[in-house]
Amino acid sequence: MLSRKLLLLGLAGCLVGGALAYQLKSPKPESATAQRPAETQSSVLSTLASLGSQALGTSSAPEGILPATLSDAGPEAQLAGIFKEIENNRLHNALQLTENLLYQYPNYRLAHLIKGDLLLSRTHPIQTFGALNDAPADKVADLRAEAVVRLKAYREKPEADFVPRYLLQMQPNQRYAIVVDTKRSRLYLYENDKSNDGRPRFVADYYITQGKLGAEKLVEGDKKTPVGVYHVTANLPRQQLADLYGSGAFPINYPNEWDKRQGRNGSGIWLHGTPSNTFARPPRASDGCVVLTNQDLDAVAKNLQVGLTPVIISSSVEWLSLDDWAKERSELNKSISAWRADWESRDTEQYLKHYSKRFKSADQDYEQFAAQKKQVNAGKEWIKVKVDNLSVFRNPGKEDVVVVTFDQDYRSNNLSNQMKKRQYWLREDGKWKIIYEGTA
Amino acid sequence: MTTKSLLQPHSQQFKTLRALALGLAIGFAAPAFADNLPDVQRLIKQGQYPQAMEKVDAYLASRPKDAQGRFLKGLIYTEMNKPAEAIAVFTKLSEDYPELPEPYNNLAVLYAQQKQYDKARTALEMAIRTHPSYAIAYENLGDVYAKLASQAYDKALQLDNSNSATQNKLALIRDLITTSGKGNVKPTAPAAATVAAAPAVAPVAASKPATAPTANVITSTQGAASTSPSPAKVAETKPAPAAAPAAPSPAKADSANDDITKAIAAWANAWSRKDMKAYLGAYSADFNTPKGMARKAWEAEREDRIAGKSGKISVSFDDPQISVNGDKATAKFKQHYKATGLSSSTSKTLVFVRSGSKWLIKEENAR
Repeated sequence: MLSRKLLLLGLAGCLVGGALAYQLKSPKPESATAQRPAETQSSVLSTLASLGSQALGTSSAPEGILPATLSDAGPEAQLAGIFKEIENNRLHNALQLTENLLYQYPNYRLAHLIKGDLLLSRTHPIQTFGALNDAPADKVADLRAEAVVRLKAYREKPEADFVPRYLLQMQPNQRYAIVVDTKRSRLYLYENDKSNDGRPRFVADYYITQGKLGAEKLVEGDKKTPVGVYHVTANLPRQQLADLYGSGAFPINYPNEWDKRQGRNGSGIWLHGTPSNTFARPPRASDGCVVLTNQDLDAVAKNLQVGLTPVIISSSVEWLSLDDWAKERSELNKSISAWRADWESRDTEQYLKHYSKRFKSADQDYEQFAAQKKQVNAGKEWIKVKVDNLSVFRNPGKEDVVVVTFDQDYRSNNLSNQMKKRQYWLREDGKWKIIYEGTA
Repeated sequence: MTTKSLLQPHSQQFKTLRALALGLAIGFAAPAFADNLPDVQRLIKQGQYPQAMEKVDAYLASRPKDAQGRFLKGLIYTEMNKPAEAIAVFTKLSEDYPELPEPYNNLAVLYAQQKQYDKARTALEMAIRTHPSYAIAYENLGDVYAKLASQAYDKALQLDNSNSATQNKLALIRDLITTSGKGNVKPTAPAAATVAAAPAVAPVAASKPATAPTANVITSTQGAASTSPSPAKVAETKPAPAAAPAAPSPAKADSANDDITKAIAAWANAWSRKDMKAYLGAYSADFNTPKGMARKAWEAEREDRIAGKSGKISVSFDDPQISVNGDKATAKFKQHYKATGLSSSTSKTLVFVRSGSKWLIKEENAR
């Protein structure tokens, strides 16, 4: 009865619009599908096309001009093409493109929904995106949200001469870095362009799913995705995983030193794939993990180095022009080398000026740390400190915090040691100061 | 009544005549076979499928290419619930006679029964490609689109497929007719054979000549999708003028014009107010509902479209052109329809009949 009713409604609509006669009389077969009754067209336009313009926002990126940067091969281009056809009232083409997309990704729920709408609009005027009667509103809203973020990402690619603020310096053997923007539901893959002084070079971007309740994880079970500077800690192959995790999983080191210091807890935050019953998950659906489609995870996985590849998650990525980026980077590099030089100088007062009064390591506060350094340095005749494999990543968030990691080779007259060290630097009164230090 | 204009009785007769001529020619060539197919059709109607099959096979033995015979054979397989065989027959038929819409339509019906809606859609789109004005195929295609949409939504929203239980059947076409304006059916295809049968059994046919041309037009299993005025309806309309009061004198024409303009205004007003009682009251009891659907169903549909619509509706019209002919009048005007999110202007024709002091809508056409 359902479809009969819809059909009748549609015919009644045609009667009102007087378009059925036109449709039936029209001699060309194309017109049966391409030229819909006026009201059907307009309502499909106003519902589906509004999605397109909504995603477009205020940006007026001219269509048809290729982005300045490389692109991944996800469904975004095809979705954009479909919505463009809808906006231009070529619904027949739109359906054709949607079916092509489904041929490529048979489990793509968003494409199925668009297909449903395009087909339904042939039987009666539709009023909404996901126009099925009694469609579950939450699921439609999820797919709508996915469409919006994907179209937006497609139309607003990162500009070629802007880089995420966080990637100040990668260590030489870090080949790639990942930056996640939870607000945009997007993962950006950057290459460490060593031929260009380690400048981050955009490679590709991918749609992602974040926690059901968004970002800025605080406690176990809050269904949020953490925000911070992390790295991949393991590679769990598909065979060891439940279907939920799709084609693979890469755990990250949440909670890191900084999280623990802020009292954040929880565990098991992974980058992982998508279960077999769907091509993609809604923008907010995980328990805090960052989820990619399986094809995207496979593409990203090729570039991941366990224990090395940084994964920086931000609730809204800040972009810097290359000039500003270079300035910030050199300022930090200067602070770090001054710290190293002052340590070597054995001028403990000068050396301690690099540490914040709020400094805390795993077992010492500033006073204890300062006392110990004064005592140790008193017995030194010489100190040599080498810093290698330095990486500097800005911690996302309002506070000016950067995460500095390096291999430290410490030599002195009575003691030598090598360690991998991690420091958190905070800008206090215009100066970068160390607020945490420990082994990495 | 939007589709009524598709098959005007006038042109229908014309086509029938031409088909008749063709049939006569064939009749001379092979008179012995001429009356076999009506027998087959009669047997089908009586549900005697094995006998019908026997007859049609005998008929086809000497004319294996015959479109009408093969069409009936496909129909018999369908009735005998042998979809694979029926699909084979109709597929072959559509390959041999790609210009005929009926085999495509029936293929679609069979595919839809098997829930192969994509194939059904392709077949129906072919039917429409061959005959852009093919109302049943449009209606079936609408059903198939709705079904495909529903399947797509199931996949998009992970719904349970429980609504597949409410499947409704597409309309099967039971007669092969050649309504092609180009007359492009191959001469070897005696598609007009049913019509040709008419002269052969002339004495019998004479008893019901009026119904022959129209009865031959598409009838569906549902019975609701007939695109031409059915004989029953023609008969129905006849008593109406007879029962009506005497024809008004010419002097009354002006006042009749006024009355009709008022009737249109009242109708548009009731529509705008969503006053269903007044709106439906503007239609005569024997109003020709679209596609001959049941009055109740039509009323329910209008109710849904008007009272069930959220937001305001506004219906207005430009100066109507009215011609009065006795108790009948035709008003042509531009209708302006406005509702939330849509507005349209339509050329509308309303045919009024006088009922007592009132003018009621008998037909409604838009284009």
